Amino acid sequence: MTDKHRLTILVADDTDTDRLILTSIVESEGHRVLSARDGIEAVDIFTRERPDLVLLDALMPRLDGFGAARKIKALAGEELVPIIFLTSLTDTESLVQCLDAGGDDFLSKPYNRVILQAKIKSFYRMRELHSTMLEQRNQIALHNEHFMQEQTVAKQVFDNIAHSGCLDANNVKYYLSSLAIFNGDIMLAAMRPSGSMMVLLGDFTGHGLPAAVGAMPLASVFYGMVPKGFAMTDILREMNSKLKTILPVGIFCCATMVDINFRKQEMRVWNGGLPECFIYRGDTLAYEPIVSRHLPLGVLSDKDFRDDCITFPMALGDRLYIWSDGIHEARNPEGDMFGEERLQAVFDHNTRPERLYDEILDRVQNFIGQGERNDDLSLIEILMAEPQHVNAVAAEAERRNQSTLAEWGMSFDIQPASFRMFDPLPLLLNILVEVPGLRGHSGTLYTIISELYSNALEHGILALDSSLKETQDGFTNYYQQRQERLNEVSTGFVRLHLHHCTTDEGGTLTIRVEDSGPGFTGAKSQVREEPGANRYGGRGVALVDKLCDAVRYLGEGNEVEAVFSWRNDE
Amino acid sequence: MNSENHLDREVLQTLQEIMGDEFPVLITTFINDSDERIRSLQKALATQNSDALQRSAHSFKGSCHNLGAKYLATLCEHMEHRGREGELEGLECHLVDIQQEFSQIKSILRSFTG
Repeated sequence: MTDKHRLTILVADDTDTDRLILTSIVESEGHRVLSARDGIEAVDIFTRERPDLVLLDALMPRLDGFGAARKIKALAGEELVPIIFLTSLTDTESLVQCLDAGGDDFLSKPYNRVILQAKIKSFYRMRELHSTMLEQRNQIALHNEHFMQEQTVAKQVFDNIAHSGCLDANNVKYYLSSLAIFNGDIMLAAMRPSGSMMVLLGDFTGHGLPAAVGAMPLASVFYGMVPKGFAMTDILREMNSKLKTILPVGIFCCATMVDINFRKQEMRVWNGGLPECFIYRGDTLAYEPIVSRHLPLGVLSDKDFRDDCITFPMALGDRLYIWSDGIHEARNPEGDMFGEERLQAVFDHNTRPERLYDEILDRVQNFIGQGERNDDLSLIEILMAEPQHVNAVAAEAERRNQSTLAEWGMSFDIQPASFRMFDPLPLLLNILVEVPGLRGHSGTLYTIISELYSNALEHGILALDSSLKETQDGFTNYYQQRQERLNEVSTGFVRLHLHHCTTDEGGTLTIRVEDSGPGFTGAKSQVREEPGANRYGGRGVALVDKLCDAVRYLGEGNEVEAVFSWRNDE
Repeated sequence: MNSENHLDREVLQTLQEIMGDEFPVLITTFINDSDERIRSLQKALATQNSDALQRSAHSFKGSCHNLGAKYLATLCEHMEHRGREGELEGLECHLVDIQQEFSQIKSILRSFTG
């Protein structure tokens, strides 16, 4: 008998003989015995010593076994303390009385050693199981509490992000379960600086935390980029790449994103994997489905991702409805799904567009039954209205007047020690792609700036003759000379000036490159319309000319200015 | 009546094994317990307290069972039954039977302990 199995057993019997026998049997098994002569002593000893098992005589002076059993069970609380009644009572009524008092078993006189041993063993096992069960139950309760706390925190964090948008704009109605984030549904809306509104409804695969994880980066990209004026295609690409990078395979986000331009009364839509959304025409009450033409966000690599959107004219009073598949899949008590036909029927029967949103929700709720909660359902309605009637447009204009970096400039000098090793292009492009509207033009900007910079370096600073490049040998010679002169050069500079300003339609970037070289011989302060024939000649400049709105030479020809402009809606 | 009807040898042998050196103590305890029970039975009968009678008879019966004193246990059970029914009339004779049976048991048990 190991110590682990050495139990403490309380024996309560008022007859000395019986107590003596019982004590001997129990002690011979290696257990520790505590004896009591009546119920009151038994309860006292129990309180003090907390034995593992209690053997109680039914009839005892002062407090009988039934009373003692009740007190002991109450003291034990959740803990299982088996009580075995020692009794020669045999009538059913007495046995029932023992059970009612909390007795777990009986032992009749004369005591049988083998039976008593078996009972002690089995009750000890039961007690151990019970305590393991309690421990695990408490652990589960603790985990659950912890989990609920985490969910609450996650929801708070998420709400802080999600509510930074303009879902509450007066032309938007939406239904979203309060725990939607854990159903994988996400709804985002924000104003662009141009005054158009971007809205996204997303539905992550799965439920619970895995579905919620992707919502954070999605929301932060959306709310990070939309107010800065990035194009919808750029935002879609960024969201897709981010989700593709962070989400495990098999978790992705079906989404519909729209850009509602109140000024032009049109709407651009990208639908990747969500059910078709409906444009509901206010005048004819006709509806047009917009089906998904893309894979969900987070599936394809950036290279394979397709960001093409469809543009729809939206007259005043037209409405757009977007929903996740929660509506189609809502089930009635019989287990049937609401389905697309019932949804279309709601549109067919509608006579007053301003009531359609409520009608859809009512129909679905009636279908699934009033008692049931509708946790998986997300629905959004966006009304095309006059921009001056959309409060979010006004709020955006206000914000923009106060805080937008609409005009800025910078200068960047490259000194001789850097000519040989340093390429300024990545650094400058990093800055430029952060400018709303310019991200989509990074390739063009790279070409322009790199051409202008190498012209300034090679001709202005190193005074290389580009006519050398006309022959094969000359070409090699040109680059040999370039390398030699780069190693020798110790004076001069190339200075890059960038100037950016936004317009209603988009913006303008002026790039001016200045070098410390002599410029054109005798060409003072003149604009060169045809740079092809001079020392700056070559393909490069012609290309820059084509890519920019205007290119002109300043100073003595040692300075060139290129103007690049873009439109927001492109 | 032979002694086997008074005392179950098998029960006693088992007790001897369990108790070992303590066995004589058990015998002495039983004898003292029983004297005490008989006194309380007398008292209950004298005061016509059927409840006390029933309890004492019940407890006495239990320890008799434990010692293998089967016939004495049967006599106690009868007394317990009468106590429960509240029919105490004529139980004095019955108590005498119990006393006689107990004194027999006592001498047999003493022979056991040597």
